[in-house]
Amino acid sequence: MSEIMTRPIPAPAVNLESKPFFDAAEEARFLIKRCNACGEAHWYPRTICPNCHSDDTVWEESAGEGVIYTYSVMYRSPTGPYALGYVTLNEGPSMMTNFVDVAPDGLAIGMKVKVKFQPTEGGPPVPVFAPV
Amino acid sequence: MSIKGKAYLAGVYEHPTRDAPDKTTAQLHAESARGALADAGLSFDDVDGYFCAGDAPGFGAMSMVDYMGLKNVRHMDTTETGGSSYIVHLHHAAQAIAAGKCSVALITLAGRPRQGGGRPGGGGGGRPPVGLTDGAPEQGFESIYGGSTHNTYGMCAMRHMHEYGTTSEQLAWIKVAASHHAQWNEHAFLKSVVTVEDVLNSRMIADPLHLLDCCVVTDGGGAVVVTSPEVARSLKRPLVRLIGAGEAPKLQMGGKGLDLTTSGAVWSGPAAFAEAGVTPADIKYASIYDSFTITVLMQIEDLGFCKKGEGGKFVADGNLISGVGKLPFNTDGGGLCNNHPTNRGGITKIIEAVRQLRGDAHPKVQVANCDLAIAHGTGGSLGVRHGAATAIMERES
Ligand SMILES: [Zn+2]
Repeated sequence: MSEIMTRPIPAPAVNLESKPFFDAAEEARFLIKRCNACGEAHWYPRTICPNCHSDDTVWEESAGEGVIYTYSVMYRSPTGPYALGYVTLNEGPSMMTNFVDVAPDGLAIGMKVKVKFQPTEGGPPVPVFAPV
Repeated sequence: MSIKGKAYLAGVYEHPTRDAPDKTTAQLHAESARGALADAGLSFDDVDGYFCAGDAPGFGAMSMVDYMGLKNVRHMDTTETGGSSYIVHLHHAAQAIAAGKCSVALITLAGRPRQGGGRPGGGGGGRPPVGLTDGAPEQGFESIYGGSTHNTYGMCAMRHMHEYGTTSEQLAWIKVAASHHAQWNEHAFLKSVVTVEDVLNSRMIADPLHLLDCCVVTDGGGAVVVTSPEVARSLKRPLVRLIGAGEAPKLQMGGKGLDLTTSGAVWSGPAAFAEAGVTPADIKYASIYDSFTITVLMQIEDLGFCKKGEGGKFVADGNLISGVGKLPFNTDGGGLCNNHPTNRGGITKIIEAVRQLRGDAHPKVQVANCDLAIAHGTGGSLGVRHGAATAIMERES
């Protein structure tokens, strides 16, 4: 069982606050939000900082690099095994994602990964992560 | 104001069905309510407080109050924290009773997940949104990735193994213990005793969780009647009272310091123990939410039954089996073997604790001199965001 995992991803729900993120995703740019008041980056992106509650938050382009915090390969799936996980970005926050371009037995906690964008069914592309 | 001793668990009922193609969800709620009221020796007309969560069909509490013909309701609460909701309701019912807002509170749960709509892990998402949406704020960043209960709890188990060296064998012992209890429960969905090897040899669902690390999927329901001390003393039932309760959300809060190896029990547990004035060492019986084996292990650590990271050692070798180990848990067989009605196990956790405190558990699993019990629940997912709730109950002699 060493085939590379892929998984069709449905269109994400996009709202007023997340639209700039998904607009950038169309250009393969990965944005996170940072707060000017407390200096912290956060995920998922919001208008109000979840750390200090300031509304002085700005979009910041990220290299989308980090390490695997944890993962689970899901075998109960009509489209084949896929990996759900969290990546801890170099900027600090951890985010949920799918790990791709890797076999089910090729993942490990602490492994370095980098963002890439995967097309969705009828919506903007979404960030997934692959080992570097 | 403390709720200690202000409310009594006068009636409990677990619906015997595990597969209900012939009943509506509303009917299962009402049948469960009737059972719990009969157990208490009360009637529908005595109910003046009603509590339900998201499994109740219709418009908040109103549809069910209407359906059941509850004529005297003067207090309602529809707090929704998933499977832990009903332990939260127990806490809130005690608060309402203590404040004089009601004296007979009815809590119900029911549903029919076996009748279609079992959620597959793969696909997801539904139809593409047209234009902008305004739903849960995290939706566009989470639901697209195919997270289900199985793999989000799988992520917790994977990280727990990484940090603490917990093994699949240790997790399997939790299922083994539950199965030892379930063999005596005539209503249990799974009655066969299983071994560690059986669990390890069952097919992998969401790495590292095997099929037998998962709870059962059952139709059914349950209800609890909570009353004032005056009402409880007027009834001919053993006196079981709530002496401490706590609740807490555990979330992601911007993704900083994500920690999937601890649960909200680290907050709800100490609050409940402090209010009750007891410690984990005093507990004779524990109902511990068991959607998956890892759920039990993390909560046992976080409630203080052992040190963080030592849950694997604690649960091994039958330590959770009644009559064998130090912490008899889920003596009805729990969600892992007996019943997890509508994918929410909170109410059955309360019900088995009350059975133990009354001395009404099956003789093969009844804990001797069981005068102090805990019921703890998790709702949502330990791997994403969840609501924790703890209740400590005692038998009044
Ligand atoms: Zn801030």
